[in-house]
Amino acid sequence: MLMVRHIENGTVIDHIDAGKGLEVLKVLGGAGDTTIVLAINVQSKKKGKKDILKLENKFLDKDKMDLIAIISPNTTINVIREGKVVEKINAEMPEEINGVLKCINPKCITNAPREPVTTSFTVKKNPVMLKCKYCSTEFPADMIQLL
Amino acid sequence: MWDRRHVISIDDFSREDIEDVLKNTAKMDEYLEKGNVPELMKGKILATLFFEPSTRTRLSFEAAMQRLGGTVIGFSDPSATSIKKKETTADTVRMAAAYADVIAMRHPYPGAAKLAAQVSSVPILNGGDGSNQHPTQTLLDLYTIKKELGTLDGIKIAMVGDLKYGRTVHSLCTALKLFDATFKFISPEQLRMPDTYKRGLTYEETTELDVSDADVVYVTRIQAERFPDPAEYEKLKGFYVINKKVVSTMKEKSIIMHPLPRVDEIHYEVDSDPRAKYFKQAYYGVPTRMALIAMVMGAI
Repeated sequence: MLMVRHIENGTVIDHIDAGKGLEVLKVLGGAGDTTIVLAINVQSKKKGKKDILKLENKFLDKDKMDLIAIISPNTTINVIREGKVVEKINAEMPEEINGVLKCINPKCITNAPREPVTTSFTVKKNPVMLKCKYCSTEFPADMIQLL
Repeated sequence: MWDRRHVISIDDFSREDIEDVLKNTAKMDEYLEKGNVPELMKGKILATLFFEPSTRTRLSFEAAMQRLGGTVIGFSDPSATSIKKKETTADTVRMAAAYADVIAMRHPYPGAAKLAAQVSSVPILNGGDGSNQHPTQTLLDLYTIKKELGTLDGIKIAMVGDLKYGRTVHSLCTALKLFDATFKFISPEQLRMPDTYKRGLTYEETTELDVSDADVVYVTRIQAERFPDPAEYEKLKGFYVINKKVVSTMKEKSIIMHPLPRVDEIHYEVDSDPRAKYFKQAYYGVPTRMALIAMVMGAI
């Protein structure tokens, strides 16, 4: 059993699909100054194997939770305060995601300089695909890029 | 329902919407034929904002507005406008909306028409946004089929050529799905119809140019400008040629369509065949755009 110290305050992202932990970290914008523990291929009763990500003193907003759900559906987000789990959130895949991601089509109007436009994507399930509402380009979740 | 509506993508059209447009297009077609077009757009101005070159689309929008008694302002060479001074598309559209009652726009960037609709106070008619959408072309294609074959329901359409980059065939798939059409996709391996457009369709896919069972043969140009690698284009141009021999295998009551311009994919010897409808198809662009202008302006 792998032992990693508990965090007093912050977020534990649990039940990430095995191998997707690094992608989740990437869409959260990397580590920055945050102390982070990423465990990969941890044994799990529910999923066989899973990844876990612990973020010390960092709490996630709705946009970030949406992104996590797109990369790894069925992930659990535990909010920790004073060493206790105060909230358990099942990350739910949004139907659309606005103003967070960049369209992968370099010619899309949303990538043109200075145009007053907010990116917007519809999210399709099974398999997870994002579709730009402007240029109609579709791409899989592992190709997402942050703005 | 149609008054002040933007026409951006064929994806926004229901079967009823399409039938509405085709019904009004038939009316306009009849007016043109009889030479008694009502001046539904008298005193109104259409702005044509063509951020990239076009022949048929721009001319037919202008002809449509003028046939309806309206006038036209606009540009077809953005290098002679403030765009050269780095004015944004959004600002150019806002300005045009202040001068005109309706805007027809073509733009090289996919998604530009949707942005225009968000900032414009007058209806936007998308005349093509990059590789994305060209809904007025799709509607005139549908009108051509309906007029020449009498129905859209249950037809079998063979699409030939560049099915990967050709936006007209993509939009036509979306629209004909609403009429239970069956599809035959004939293309080189490298230019196959993308999966996203095949979802929910009844289709077969082949590299072999067999159009003997089709009601509509829709031919597309291999588009040099869409190829990242010119060598790849050289390999594929002239892959399929519709000539007299191919046409002789077609059903008697069938039609050949092409969004034009053609390069060498339909031989000139086919032009005189009664099944060749591509020039009529280009002509139908005028009544189709007349209908759309009048509809979004609330005049019919």
